[in-house]
Amino acid sequence: MIRFIFGKILWLIPTLIGITIVAFGFVRVLPGDPVLLMAGERGLSPERYAELTHQLGYDRPIWVQYGEFVWRVLHGDLGDSLVTHRPVLHEFLTLFPATLELGITAMLIAIVIGVPVGVIAAIKRGSWFDQVSMTTALVGYSMPIFWWGLLLIILFSGVLHWTPVSGRISLMYYFPNGTNFMIWDAIASGQKGALTSALSHLVLPAVVLATIPLAVIARQTRSAMLEVLGEDYVRTARAKGMPPRRVIGIHALRNAMIPVITTIGLQVGMLMAGAILTETIFSWPGIGKWMVDSISRRDYPSVQGGLLMIAVIVMVVNLIVDLLYGLINPRIRHR
Amino acid sequence: MKIRSMLLACSAAVMMTAGAAGAKTLVYCSEASPEGFDPAPYTSGTTFDASSHPVYDQLVEFKPGTTEIEPGLAETWDISDDGLTYTFHLRPGVKFHSVEGFTPTRDFNADDVVFSFDRQGNPDNPYFQYAPGISYEYYNAMDMPKIVKSIEKVDDMTVKFTLTEPNAPFLANMAMDFASIMSKEYADKLVAEDKKAEINNVPVGTGPFEFVAYQKDAVIRYKANPDYFKGKTPVDDLIFAITPDAAVRVQKLQAGECQIMPYPAPADIAALKGDANLKVEEQPGLNVAYLAYNTTQAPFDKPEVRKALNMSINKQAIIDAVFQGAGQVAKNPIPPTMWSYNKDIKDDAYDPEAAKKMLADAGVKDLEMNIWAMPVQRPYMPNARRTAELMQSDLAKVGVKVNIVSYEWGEYLSKSKDPNHDGAVILGWTGDNGDPDNFLGVLLSCAGAESGANRSFWCDKDFDGLINKAKQTSDMAERTKLYEQAQVVFKEQAPWDTIAHSTVFMPMSNKVSGYVMSPLGGHDFYGVDISE
Repeated sequence: MIRFIFGKILWLIPTLIGITIVAFGFVRVLPGDPVLLMAGERGLSPERYAELTHQLGYDRPIWVQYGEFVWRVLHGDLGDSLVTHRPVLHEFLTLFPATLELGITAMLIAIVIGVPVGVIAAIKRGSWFDQVSMTTALVGYSMPIFWWGLLLIILFSGVLHWTPVSGRISLMYYFPNGTNFMIWDAIASGQKGALTSALSHLVLPAVVLATIPLAVIARQTRSAMLEVLGEDYVRTARAKGMPPRRVIGIHALRNAMIPVITTIGLQVGMLMAGAILTETIFSWPGIGKWMVDSISRRDYPSVQGGLLMIAVIVMVVNLIVDLLYGLINPRIRHR
Repeated sequence: MKIRSMLLACSAAVMMTAGAAGAKTLVYCSEASPEGFDPAPYTSGTTFDASSHPVYDQLVEFKPGTTEIEPGLAETWDISDDGLTYTFHLRPGVKFHSVEGFTPTRDFNADDVVFSFDRQGNPDNPYFQYAPGISYEYYNAMDMPKIVKSIEKVDDMTVKFTLTEPNAPFLANMAMDFASIMSKEYADKLVAEDKKAEINNVPVGTGPFEFVAYQKDAVIRYKANPDYFKGKTPVDDLIFAITPDAAVRVQKLQAGECQIMPYPAPADIAALKGDANLKVEEQPGLNVAYLAYNTTQAPFDKPEVRKALNMSINKQAIIDAVFQGAGQVAKNPIPPTMWSYNKDIKDDAYDPEAAKKMLADAGVKDLEMNIWAMPVQRPYMPNARRTAELMQSDLAKVGVKVNIVSYEWGEYLSKSKDPNHDGAVILGWTGDNGDPDNFLGVLLSCAGAESGANRSFWCDKDFDGLINKAKQTSDMAERTKLYEQAQVVFKEQAPWDTIAHSTVFMPMSNKVSGYVMSPLGGHDFYGVDISE
């Protein structure tokens, strides 16, 4: 097992090097110059333009800039934002808890609903439940997030007044030294109503963000279950008189979970993409919204630092998924 | 049912927020996050709304709702006869805010004024570059390094600015956001603690609101400054709830989660006006969208050709289709809220038949031209591509074939500055200081043609003479007359097709009173009250 884990971690090194190149290159390949964009219609004289470009070090050869970026990253420094002039790492860590809280909640919703729905749809293949749930999943998967988010806001906040429109917690609560994990901060503050307020703000964005992963997980679980249910060992288990609950719970589900876990791991990357739109609609102060702003301003350090951090996180999650495989499927870890 | 009752409880909690007991709180659904809290290094209105407007004051200020100058931190000022010396007499007894870790020991004085400008122009000042990449773009854009020869403290309550040449717009520059007065005492303390960059995170000013806290991309909190020199503002707390999506801002306003919001989407305005709990104030923006012909190129070097093209374009149709009514047709290069706007000018009426004839008379046949469409939405132009398409179809009717070209925004700006660029460019401008020179001088002068800011490269001796004379005269009536004449020359020569001035809408709850829209486009909450 240790050798298995070690091997996986060793593979991260070339991946990381690749990621630094992509993160660094991505924003520079985009047309557009941060210095020109800063000035806007007001414009800059050629001398002033040269001076600013020099100040920021963007007049040096590209490989020197890349070398500096990597050198800094190795020292735990992602540089300073061109816009706010604050350390990129600090900005990222300030905003990341918001995205994490939203992402985890969305993932929980997707798994807790998606897996059982998929299992039931597989067992009752062809039933009305199967038909309705799989059609709904297809609709959910095809839903444009932006439109879906607004629709929920208009219905639940505008018409029914059940949930607040946007934000993370009612403005009457304020935790100056909080962790920015709002649910945790709300509990820790001990203030009456704070937790309820945080949860009520979380529910709509989490549902919106969960929609696509939920649909994917439900469909994936269904097809994985169907495949396993047709296997010989399942037939054998049934034939020897094992109760159906045990056949499904022990023999089928565990084996069906392997592709589902892969899917869940891959959904983490999708979740980041969905977070960008969800955060914008719900005024959720996370890294998705921050990345979009940084890209449109061509804030090189923020974009490359943010991309690097996101890529590392997605990688770590996938590593954990790989290790989970090992736990579920002994064949993988012994190979 | 349980879920439903829980959700109901939550919404009750939310409603409680709106009318939090005791202290009066005004919540503003702002459109974006500020870049920082030091206004001087930035140029965006969002940043000024969060920094210079609530927290800081300037020596002189814009009279609310106008572009006229009134006393601010300077009670009075004298301008020497040659227009080269401006002496400001400062207001005594003005106090800076206290923040965590800093309590001022003295009142505002001349040292603060000298520091606030010195840091932007003097490379030896520790704040000249207090963080990597900091640069004072507005100070440079307004030509301050060229205009100002020296800034001296005469005594504790008097500061003298000496200029290199007479420059009437200088006074308006002193009311701009970059000219906000910072506390030198606070700045010195940050230098001593090696925390200079904090000046951009925790602002200390003299303004109507004191900064309390900023949760990045989410909420900015301020409280009323009890010692404000114009008197304490009616509300106790001001909160910016950062809400980037325009449709969501509308929902929040209607749900009572905020009481006032900027920049509604044009499509939402009718619904907002129909809501009995809300009112929508509106005003023409201090901006202009234009189509600049490259007047150095044939056939655009002939005024009659430019005029004929202007007459071929149906501007009202653009207002209806692109601005969705949230704009008005422009006839002058400056907006109607600006002093010296010449309302007697007659616009070139839309008349394709007459235009066709004028083109034929000018010997123009089978003309094929480029129209440049910006790739981005700007306050003065919701959709340049759509505008260009409408122009394309209008011009086709008079036999002119139009190709629409576009580039990435940064590239668009720099390529259109090239005197050899081909065709006509859609662009626009939002005013900085309410002075006509800020439009006419920047966008249409011969100096502008040299730097490229004048996209039409139109350099007319009469026009240039008028605006230069106006720039050097400090007599307001005299200046007004000169600018009015300049607008007449502009219309005769038609280097641009003036397209539109957008309309700015400000929806707010009926409970809000005392909000005055600024023609400069900023959002200011001093004097705003809210009833329970």
